[in-house]
Amino acid sequence: MSEFFTISVLVATVASGIRLATPFLLAALGETLGQRSGVLNLGVEGVMLLGAFGAYYTTLETENTLAGILVGVGIGIVMGVLYGVVTLAFKAEQGISGIGIFIFGLGFSDLLFQSQVGTPLPIDRLSELEIPVLSEIKWVGEMFFQQHALVYVAFLLVPTMWYLINRTTFGLNVRAVGETPEAADSLGVSVDRTRYAAIIIGNALAGLAGAALALELGIFQQNLTNGHGFIAIALVYFGAWRPSRVMAGALFFGMVSATVLQWKTLGIVQGTTASVVAMSPAVLTIVVLVFVSRRIGAPSALTRPFDRGR
Amino acid sequence: MSQKRLLARFAGPAVLLGAVLAAALVGAIMLAALGANPWTAYKALIEGAFGSVDAMADSALKAMPLLLVGVGISIAFRAGVINIGGEGQIIAGALLSTMTALALPDLPRIVLIPLVLVVGAVGGGIWGGIAGALKAYAGVNEILSTIMLNIIAVQIMNLLLRGPLIDPGEIERGSHIPQTERLSENADFPIMPGGTRLHLGVIIAILAAVVGYILLFRTTQGLRLRAVGHNPHASRYAGMPVKRNVVMALVYSGAFSGLAGVVLVFGSLGHRLTTDGGATTFTGAAGFNGIVAALFGGLHPLWTIPASFLFGGLLVGANAMQRAVQVPAALILALNGLIVVFVVSSIRARERLATWASEMRVEDESSPPEPPDPDRELVPETPG
Repeated sequence: MSEFFTISVLVATVASGIRLATPFLLAALGETLGQRSGVLNLGVEGVMLLGAFGAYYTTLETENTLAGILVGVGIGIVMGVLYGVVTLAFKAEQGISGIGIFIFGLGFSDLLFQSQVGTPLPIDRLSELEIPVLSEIKWVGEMFFQQHALVYVAFLLVPTMWYLINRTTFGLNVRAVGETPEAADSLGVSVDRTRYAAIIIGNALAGLAGAALALELGIFQQNLTNGHGFIAIALVYFGAWRPSRVMAGALFFGMVSATVLQWKTLGIVQGTTASVVAMSPAVLTIVVLVFVSRRIGAPSALTRPFDRGR
Repeated sequence: MSQKRLLARFAGPAVLLGAVLAAALVGAIMLAALGANPWTAYKALIEGAFGSVDAMADSALKAMPLLLVGVGISIAFRAGVINIGGEGQIIAGALLSTMTALALPDLPRIVLIPLVLVVGAVGGGIWGGIAGALKAYAGVNEILSTIMLNIIAVQIMNLLLRGPLIDPGEIERGSHIPQTERLSENADFPIMPGGTRLHLGVIIAILAAVVGYILLFRTTQGLRLRAVGHNPHASRYAGMPVKRNVVMALVYSGAFSGLAGVVLVFGSLGHRLTTDGGATTFTGAAGFNGIVAALFGGLHPLWTIPASFLFGGLLVGANAMQRAVQVPAALILALNGLIVVFVVSSIRARERLATWASEMRVEDESSPPEPPDPDRELVPETPG
């Protein structure tokens, strides 16, 4: 255990924790926006898988990670439109249609991977982007300013999302249709249009989260995400629908994963304890949910379809 | 009977058929895009699933876990609880029954088989009950907790099969494949007469569906479960213990999935439990595909029997299709996901048709009023 508590290992662990928090954060920020508009998207995991495959495959073929990222986002947008049609136009029950999207994503990403790639060929991982001056600072630089581009994007999205939700007309509309869609409607806010926008942005971020995961690992395999998307949904509850608290939750999960990985590398945990390690994020999610579930104030119209004239 | 009312009566089956056809159409596009001839592929799929007695027996074998999970899903969904934890509950049932068979290998068959079934149901019931208790007493969203419990169950399986439950022969040989030794022959499910691979599991699954039907529609407990699912507030005012019913819904639901785990282990060709680190190789994603079968069966345990047979057939046929046109069988999982989306998307349309028809009924005073459609509230509201 003593080898874990050295400055260099701790610094490396924090740096890797921030990196591992990134997919959680991106997906959870998107889900936050969607839920604030009153739509629960349980398909995040499926969209992440599709985005991850899209990014992986594009990068494999073009050797261009930026193209991979854009394809991941594009897939997210397409899935967002689809989920919008399902939940808004057809007013399908959100929990179960989300599970349908998850099953679809699980099967379809595996189908495409098996038929187009077959063996898990490694791809170029995202390269580090060193921020001038700041990355020179001892320890701090290594932890925060020698990350890949999507890490910066994710963390810059936190204040952006806060601003979007709390300081713009669009955000006001999102909150209005998520709390009392009838009132918003009577004031001339288009409930459906606002929700479509929120869902599409949310799914685009889920696709980006999948891309971040695939490009961070440099690999794709069946069920690559293994619960990331569902944990991201739990983080929205954990963060009480506020971007900054969602970020705190994502960092917490990232740090736990990084610590566990570091212990594995150092041989502090081995053999069958690897299974205990692998289940720890899931156990942690449940424990966290036990503590936060009672005190939460979810958007009042969450999961409630809006029907004009009813 | 007016034309419109006829239309409304057949709206349900028509909608389901429409969902399958729509998914088949999307599948055809995917197949064509992957360079396969959709016609050849679907022909191979259907022949592989239902083309011979052996194929049908294989489809029935694949259908068993779907049916068992599906019965559990029907109970949970009707009680307003969304149980996505089929995978974990299958594993819990499989593990507990496997341990029982390992511990008591010399029990006579007539005792051992019923024992592993009961123990497996208890295992799944406990695993479901944890999610139920978390929901009832701590307000934890059951969708998230059941998903997390799936991940935990897989890792417990890996842990046990790499450690205490591993076949001693694997350690001697140094191969360390994470699997148990061959389980007691006294626990082997007897093969059904007829020369196919069909075994006792098929009877267990059908009996379970009947039990599920009786539980849900012919007992006070079932009435309570459905009432809580329909309107928890009204149920509370009527004096029902809503929280206990939520827990029970997940216990029952998990118990049926646990039985699926028993059938998967003791009806398997190797007669042992083995893991490759993930869940789906062992469960065949039955925890998810069972949801599809249950939704397709209108959340009715008896209708879930043919629905499971259909989806079991698709899974068997998918392998035949893979051999015929080299398109991975994962296509079927993708299409199953779409079928779920299509079915839930069309429920509103069905309700509208029903309302439309009942308005017709008011005008058409000559006919007597009909009892309300029990299938109307098919899908529970998701708790926030």
